[in-house]
Amino acid sequence: MSGYAVSVRDLTVRYGRTTAVDRVSFDLEADGIYGLLGRNGSGKTSTLSVLASLRRATAGTVLVDGADPFENEALMAGIALIRESGDVLANAKISVNFDYFRRVRPAWDPDFAEELVDVFGLNRKKPISTFSRGQKSAFGAVIGLASRAPLTMFDEVYLGMDAPSRYRFYDLLLADYAEHPRTIILSSHLISEIERLFSGVVVIDEGRLLLSEDVDEFRTRGATFTGPVAAVDAVTAGLRVVASRSLGPTKEVTVYGDLDETTLAGARSADIAIGGVSVQDLFVHLTEKESR
Amino acid sequence: MFDGREPIYIQIADQIRGDILAGNLAEGEQVMSTTQYATTFRINPATAAKAFAQLVDEGVLYKQRGVGMFVAEGAPARLRSDRRETFLAERLEPVLAEARVLGIGSADLIRWIERAGDDPEQTTTEDTTTEGEQR
Repeated sequence: MSGYAVSVRDLTVRYGRTTAVDRVSFDLEADGIYGLLGRNGSGKTSTLSVLASLRRATAGTVLVDGADPFENEALMAGIALIRESGDVLANAKISVNFDYFRRVRPAWDPDFAEELVDVFGLNRKKPISTFSRGQKSAFGAVIGLASRAPLTMFDEVYLGMDAPSRYRFYDLLLADYAEHPRTIILSSHLISEIERLFSGVVVIDEGRLLLSEDVDEFRTRGATFTGPVAAVDAVTAGLRVVASRSLGPTKEVTVYGDLDETTLAGARSADIAIGGVSVQDLFVHLTEKESR
Repeated sequence: MFDGREPIYIQIADQIRGDILAGNLAEGEQVMSTTQYATTFRINPATAAKAFAQLVDEGVLYKQRGVGMFVAEGAPARLRSDRRETFLAERLEPVLAEARVLGIGSADLIRWIERAGDDPEQTTTEDTTTEGEQR
């Protein structure tokens, strides 16, 4: 089974007077790994909830694999949203949960699920509710991975895990995705560890879409210049500086915005090293500016 | 790793070319699969696949169905000659153009090149001077 494409048009979600998502539009190709980036309260979870048809859109349309997922049972079976809050049978043991997911997830892989339980060292004898925060997150990851849903969404699941578990999760996700391609959305605000996994990023802030693009395109929205202080200052004068660090006679300046060839050529001839900028740095810069 | 500004797949392809040139990957040697590469460096498998596809297109790597990908015969020599051409066209050519503007003749240039190449002691002395100036 391969992944579902996603198309969101003018999506609006309101809770009473609060507008959580405000006319957001974006498209995700099938079989990509996407980062849905936004600060806390930016509308990430509301957007994902509509995609998972846990919530109905106030206005706008959402298409998954070309159809509206709302109350579409066949489609919903192929859409998995894993939230940190659980979405599992908390008072039951792992085996009971697995029986349940085997019934609701057509592509469920029971052997893979058992293997994942061993990898994360989860206790098979106790109900999920007795697990620590990290273990609950890991169990969410197990469910998300073993479901192999054509649209799999992890909503900040890995934030509860400790570093070794997080890296285990990234590695398992990548290896399994390579074998069984599907559309994956990872939503978070902490992304430096995973930004190279993304094929595309969607950035939302205060319910509005800031941008949605290919990750290579996104990364060229900025650059880092490293070299002698005076030369770097000369080249970056007049540019939008995001961050700046000095180390003795050397300075590293991160800038945002399209760079023309003159600037780049000037930097090269002044022996300034031009580097890429991290998705995390760009994201922090974009959402800081927009909220002020 | 992969800190450059170019798309990551181009940086991956460059790195593999570099490994072949440096002899870390020998002719006929099997390279990592895209999956292994993606999981080792924690990058998107599609990105790794794009880099490998480019190298296959260039004849640097070849695919053996069901077995994997290997460094093509003659790849190191071909890469070296490509790099030499790039070096001459993109690095040396601007230097020569600048020399022309400054009125430095071929004889002068050749004398400089020979001095730098044949007399390592001279180079060492110059290096020390540069460092001294920086301090």
